[in-house]
Amino acid sequence: MLTLYGQELRSRLLLGTARYPSPASLEDAVRSSATEVVTVSLRRETAGGKQGGGFFELIRALGVRVLPNTAGCHSVSEAVLTAKMAREVFDTNWIKLEVIGHQDTLQPDVFGLVEAARILSAEGFEVFPYTTDDLVVGEHLVEAGCRVLMPWCAPIGSAKGPQNISALRAMRAHFPDMPLIVDAGIGRPSHATAVMELGFDAVLLNTAVAGAAKPALMASAFARAIDAGRDALEAGMLEPRDFAVPSTPVIGKAVFA
Amino acid sequence: MKLIVNGEEHDLAVTTLAELLATLDFEGDWLATAVNGELVHRADRSAHSLNDRDRIEILSPMKGG
Repeated sequence: MLTLYGQELRSRLLLGTARYPSPASLEDAVRSSATEVVTVSLRRETAGGKQGGGFFELIRALGVRVLPNTAGCHSVSEAVLTAKMAREVFDTNWIKLEVIGHQDTLQPDVFGLVEAARILSAEGFEVFPYTTDDLVVGEHLVEAGCRVLMPWCAPIGSAKGPQNISALRAMRAHFPDMPLIVDAGIGRPSHATAVMELGFDAVLLNTAVAGAAKPALMASAFARAIDAGRDALEAGMLEPRDFAVPSTPVIGKAVFA
Repeated sequence: MKLIVNGEEHDLAVTTLAELLATLDFEGDWLATAVNGELVHRADRSAHSLNDRDRIEILSPMKGG
């Protein structure tokens, strides 16, 4: 069972709600993923428009927890205000905190991230920070009040998969009791299995599912891949060896020559 | 009074944030509002007076990753 800020979850997949070909395909993907947490955002409403209402109803009907994000925020003040507005709308203290530092890589501004995390934690938010795999930044985020860390494994939407396995392994070792969620960069189910085998607690995905030719089928594939990685971790995996080890016992083997 | 609503300038005869929302036909329990960079809670919109050149943000739920 995964526990995030006291909330117990059976699914270790958190799913984004953007970039699906249609609202129906989003619904199907959420259902077939068996996720219990979806990420959402806030944008300017148009005058007289009711754009947000339809999406809000769709999400409410799915019966899952929402994790609002501060996507697109490039400053601490923007991220903090967006978080407060998200709490007003979605009635949750959970916030996926993004403070973007670079337009091309969407790399987090980790200095602003720590500052915003401290402000929001003090105001009762339960912060899920989108961060890098830097251990020192992770320590500062924990000191700022975060009880979950969400490192990228590659740039958002890049589908490259884990780019620095050693750093992810070090992060797991350095924060043995902190829920760690890989957020961003996963492209294939095998990537998700790989980070789960490393001991990560969950995976947050969006584009890899929404951009698939069949999003619902891909959502299901990811759910199974994440479970497989987790089961493998719990089962205990063999360490690689340099030489062969016969799997068939040699004792009692006939000698013909 | 000139007001900047979601980045667009409007010339409106309103005195409170709640009146502004009604005048521009914003309605729904899914909206969040901020004035000059500060959150204004739903319950406080009727009492929140607006001033010339105030910057108002009206946000609603959107898909996100």
